[in-house]
Amino acid sequence: MNIGLHEMLETIRMVQVENLDIRTVTMGINLLDCADSDFEKMNLRVYEKITTYAKDLKEVAEIVEKEFGIPIINKRISITPIAEILGNATKDQAVELAKTLDRAAISLGVDFIGGFSALVHKGISKGDQILLDALPEALTVTERVCASVSVATTRSGINMDAVRQMGIIMKEAAEMTKDKNGLACAKLVVFCNPVEDNPFMAGAFHGSGEGEVVLNVGVSGPGVVLNALKRFPDADLGIVADIIKKTAFKITRAGELIGRVVAERLHVPFGIMDLSLAPTNAMNDSVAEILEEIGLERVGTHGTIAALALMNDAVKKGGAMASSYVGGLSGAFIPVSEDNGMIRGIIDHSLTLSKLEAMTCVCSVGLDMIALTGDVTPATLSAIIADEAAIGMINKKTTAVRLIPVPGKTEGEMVEFGGLLGRAPVMGVNPFSSEKMIKRGGRIPAPLQSLIN
Amino acid sequence: MNQRRAIVSVIGKDQVGIIAKVTNVLADNKINILDISQTILQDFFTMMMIVDVADNKDLESLQKQLVKVGKTMNLNINIQLEEIFQAMHRV
Repeated sequence: MNIGLHEMLETIRMVQVENLDIRTVTMGINLLDCADSDFEKMNLRVYEKITTYAKDLKEVAEIVEKEFGIPIINKRISITPIAEILGNATKDQAVELAKTLDRAAISLGVDFIGGFSALVHKGISKGDQILLDALPEALTVTERVCASVSVATTRSGINMDAVRQMGIIMKEAAEMTKDKNGLACAKLVVFCNPVEDNPFMAGAFHGSGEGEVVLNVGVSGPGVVLNALKRFPDADLGIVADIIKKTAFKITRAGELIGRVVAERLHVPFGIMDLSLAPTNAMNDSVAEILEEIGLERVGTHGTIAALALMNDAVKKGGAMASSYVGGLSGAFIPVSEDNGMIRGIIDHSLTLSKLEAMTCVCSVGLDMIALTGDVTPATLSAIIADEAAIGMINKKTTAVRLIPVPGKTEGEMVEFGGLLGRAPVMGVNPFSSEKMIKRGGRIPAPLQSLIN
Repeated sequence: MNQRRAIVSVIGKDQVGIIAKVTNVLADNKINILDISQTILQDFFTMMMIVDVADNKDLESLQKQLVKVGKTMNLNINIQLEEIFQAMHRV
């Protein structure tokens, strides 16, 4: 059936005015066969494997974006969690490997490479510990390497020893990059229930259930949803959900097509489509503004959770039908520094850390890109991670923490991270200590799956 | 015969010679036009052409030529493969 003028106009308006884009095509590459007891050999193999598999990624993505007229903002790579191949390597060697990954990313022209990761939700192996020890330095000396650490799952509980370490690691990483406002922490995510096929950074890694190589796609489009809602200012909430659903459907279809074409041309299997609404600092490309359009004077006020729950669910319903394989994190992202509406909510004292925490109960993913005062203690960071992990563990969902304790900054100051990472107002934390609980260590046992009240 | 369909969209202020100039570029590139529709909304000219680009591998250079014409007439011209519209608007 031929396309009508108004349909053509709608697509063009979405792209040119409302910032519809494919946020990322992410190639997942398995590195397990690169493992070697000789570190130099492994280092070389990792570089060669990544630069061979992804050699055409950027070029093909750029051709496809021109042919279809829909921008692909990021080209990324996710890899096997590096802790799994570290074996007997030393901390310095782990840092060296991070540099190798960075070099591979730069030479390929990809924006980020994710998977300098460890899965320690139950226990910490030798390789895991080396990776954890290397994290602050690795994230300081590299530019495009992203790291993630899984500290909890619904089935295994929360590894509080890992949580305790993560508080210290985040603090150290921030301190080592204090001239850049603690930028290293912007590339480090702490997860509960991470997914193996997430194309979004900083939490992407290529899980062990994945194949040799795969292409995953993440779409975006808060601006499109926002503008669609603006055309129905008086609709009831059932219709609001319906509008979001229909819009998400169209956005996802565009993403699915682009993903499949890129995958086909790279001769790589298409993995999943991640339906996340991911905001940017562009005008009107904000998730918070969608919530405000639904009817909140400012994001963070009473009703925010309900509006977010409605939106998140509608996005999934629309997207699920539009794609044959939905995966990744699929929901709404609420990173503070990357969303102008969220930033304004905090500046106006409407949005607080507690409310942000509550919001993570009903959306993907977690406390994301939040700047905290420089004097926050490692134990408090660990306690925030523990809270967020508990939310994920009990609600059987992914939650994540990406906090930046900005050295030397106090509450209310604005810090810049640059590029897609944006800027954020520094937030204060509860002044009372959580030290004793964090010091106890051990594991929080996995929760019951029944008796669910 | 194999077709590879693309949509050329032209949006801007109505003026003399829009269709002539755009179709000239297409003719220069030996591109067959399969369908044209246009409308004018409050002085705002909107045209959509479905063209066959089976023999034109390099859409990028075509896009550049169209943008160049667009600039001289203050029009927004795009060429996109038709599949994207089909994907978004047809189940």
